[in-house]
Amino acid sequence: MSYRLSPIDTQYFAPDHEGDDFTVIGSVVTRSDALGHVTGRTEFFEDVRPSGLLHLKMHRSTRHHARLAGVDSSAALAVPGVVRVLTGADIPNNLYTPLKLINVEPDDEPILAVDKVRYLGEPIVAVVAETEAAALAGAAAVRVDYVDLPPVFDVEEALADGAPIVNEYHGKNYFTYEGHHCRRVRLGDVDAGFAEADHVFEWRYQSSPIEQAPVETTGCTVVPQPDGRLRIHSDTQACFFTLDNTALILESDFNKLRIVGGTVGGGFGGKVDVVVEPVACVAAMVTGRPVKFVYGRHEEMQVSSPRAAERIYIKDGVLADGRIVARQVTAYIDAGAYSRHTPYGTTKAAAHFPGPYTIPNVRIDCHCVYTNRTPSSAMRGFGVTIGDFALESQMDRIARELGMDPLRLRLKNAYRDGDMKAHRKRAEGTALIEVMQKAAELVGHELPDEYRRMSSLEAR
Amino acid sequence: MTRLRGRGYAAVNYPTGMNLGGDPSQALIHATTTGTFVVSLSSVDLGQGLKTVVAQCAAETLGLPFTNILVDTADTDTGPHCMGTFASRGTHRVGNAVIMAATEARAIMLDVAAEELEVDAADLETDGTGYIQVRGAEAKRIHITDLALAAHFTHGRTISGRGVFMKEKSEVVPETGEMDPDSCQAHACTVAEVEVDDETGVVEVLRMYSVYEIGRALHPAMATQQVEGGAWMGMSHALFEATEPYYPVRDHGPADFSEYLMPAAGDIPEQVSVLLERPAPTGPYGAKGIGEMTANAPIPAIANAIFDACGVRLDHMPFTPERVLRALDSLRGQDLSAHG
Repeated sequence: MSYRLSPIDTQYFAPDHEGDDFTVIGSVVTRSDALGHVTGRTEFFEDVRPSGLLHLKMHRSTRHHARLAGVDSSAALAVPGVVRVLTGADIPNNLYTPLKLINVEPDDEPILAVDKVRYLGEPIVAVVAETEAAALAGAAAVRVDYVDLPPVFDVEEALADGAPIVNEYHGKNYFTYEGHHCRRVRLGDVDAGFAEADHVFEWRYQSSPIEQAPVETTGCTVVPQPDGRLRIHSDTQACFFTLDNTALILESDFNKLRIVGGTVGGGFGGKVDVVVEPVACVAAMVTGRPVKFVYGRHEEMQVSSPRAAERIYIKDGVLADGRIVARQVTAYIDAGAYSRHTPYGTTKAAAHFPGPYTIPNVRIDCHCVYTNRTPSSAMRGFGVTIGDFALESQMDRIARELGMDPLRLRLKNAYRDGDMKAHRKRAEGTALIEVMQKAAELVGHELPDEYRRMSSLEAR
Repeated sequence: MTRLRGRGYAAVNYPTGMNLGGDPSQALIHATTTGTFVVSLSSVDLGQGLKTVVAQCAAETLGLPFTNILVDTADTDTGPHCMGTFASRGTHRVGNAVIMAATEARAIMLDVAAEELEVDAADLETDGTGYIQVRGAEAKRIHITDLALAAHFTHGRTISGRGVFMKEKSEVVPETGEMDPDSCQAHACTVAEVEVDDETGVVEVLRMYSVYEIGRALHPAMATQQVEGGAWMGMSHALFEATEPYYPVRDHGPADFSEYLMPAAGDIPEQVSVLLERPAPTGPYGAKGIGEMTANAPIPAIANAIFDACGVRLDHMPFTPERVLRALDSLRGQDLSAHG
């Protein structure tokens, strides 16, 4: 067995390693899925091929924002092999939001659009057919009459007066956090910090949506059981989360559903949404036959939730010696047309700012903004990845402005055990200083003694 | 044409788990008649190795070889509840639940062994190869296969255990944002070395150095895969990927992998990685979650290296050749768009 192995440097936290005595922990055992993956024998959900399997494909919105004036599925039903079409009227509880399981409100997204569409690619009619080709032909044959509405695509334009309302269930283009228009974090007095500072720097950062890009696209196969239950073979990242949401949408007893999963061809957050199972279950219930609904690559890239685009403004008050005394972060996170998991990710962003630095005065405003684009949702580093791009670009810019070594600027401000974070949790188990010291050593970046002697364990 | 080289730094932290809705996972474990232990879960392995590390946790706790553990997941009819695989929670939450279940099972295992060997359970230890033996009198021992058979057919015992990990829900104080949203923080510093072609705008990442403090590396090769695979993903985010390349305009969205650009084998830089361990008191054998964070530090490290190389500050991801060239033109006092 050949593999890459990073050395473990135990010098930095040597006392923590006294008494280490493990037989299995820390050893390189063969990973349990390796042989199956490299020999092509691992069974994924698509390897379940029950007899009589039907295929579901979606007719999707061709508009960014429009009223539905008419939906005509007659041509789809005339396609040979098409068995059934489904509209919003066929879904027992057509309105949901996945985080209702943890009391996030309101329900704001239809399984199949009724009355209006809010993004390009929104599902309107599900077509169920004997073959994948017939389902695709049927989906293409659905006729929809639209009355276009003005769309809004930019997060700050969406928050401006007079912007078109994207999602009527919210009534405004942002998620409301206990009466506030954003998730806020407050520590100290930021304005006093700016007044005290020798320099005030403010810069803007922007990201674009990013696809999770799993090799295996999102999908499921639903198999009706003789006892009336539904067995759902799924590549979900969260079996019970999917089961509970699906049961609520189906208005079904929870024990009528069974999720079989656990082997996933890459997730990266994209398979935390519950977007294929509910409609595939309805199709299986109304036809009494197994139904498969799997995204094509185009759907995976343009219709399934991407990593949210974010716009972040950071304003810092900095002393001449490099200490940051005030930081204000204003973030706009583009949820797209529906909440999905973005209200949660926005709170995660708020908890992450102002980064791993101890700053006495902090003001954070993180907005979860609705626009007429594909809903964004979870992706690896949700709420943090883009924030880190902004934070660490900001640190580099400050160092350049002050003519300081960028590592020394960070070491000077790095949080340590016992420091109070902006969200009022005491820092513990910190090691930011040590990873920088080690990195400096790796690349031959010389640090003066006082920086090499710094420790996360010693109070500043 | 000039190829300009630069180096950039970034240092980050990342939370393990997020419990704004309460965050539980459960595990059950039982011995078969011949001493294999089955860990029952509903947790999902995304390919990151969850099944492998929780089997390691079970083996270490039971004091048995890794090969004595089977992991049965993820079926909602047979596996106890798990919130899911996200928020860098899998190893931490499920690992802890499995350790708790295995601890209960180990106590029963030693209890049954004490009856079989007619000794005090407190005097027993495991040798890691499958034997339960008397400490200081190792000849007095019994193999787990014989012990499990005896438990089933002589003693009528089940060698089993129940485990749960739950981080209670943290309510956010709306005015101040006060909250306790995570279990611990992992740390990383990435150094990127790049070369910028000032004629084409192409950025090549030459080397990436990564230092990660991850509590404890339960499986150092898989931890390395996370660090180096994540660095690839971060580099891809920095330089290549976008489903809407001209955001907020929706046009030009890629539809497949021939249009959605990502680094190929030839683009992958030389990587040097080191792990530090500061075990977390809440973690399974001290481990922190690193599933997500490894894509993060490379992005600003590359942005900062580009600045170091050629003096342009790219504040809009991804840093495509077009954006690099426009920024270089702007730096030189030229504006390409003004000249068509």
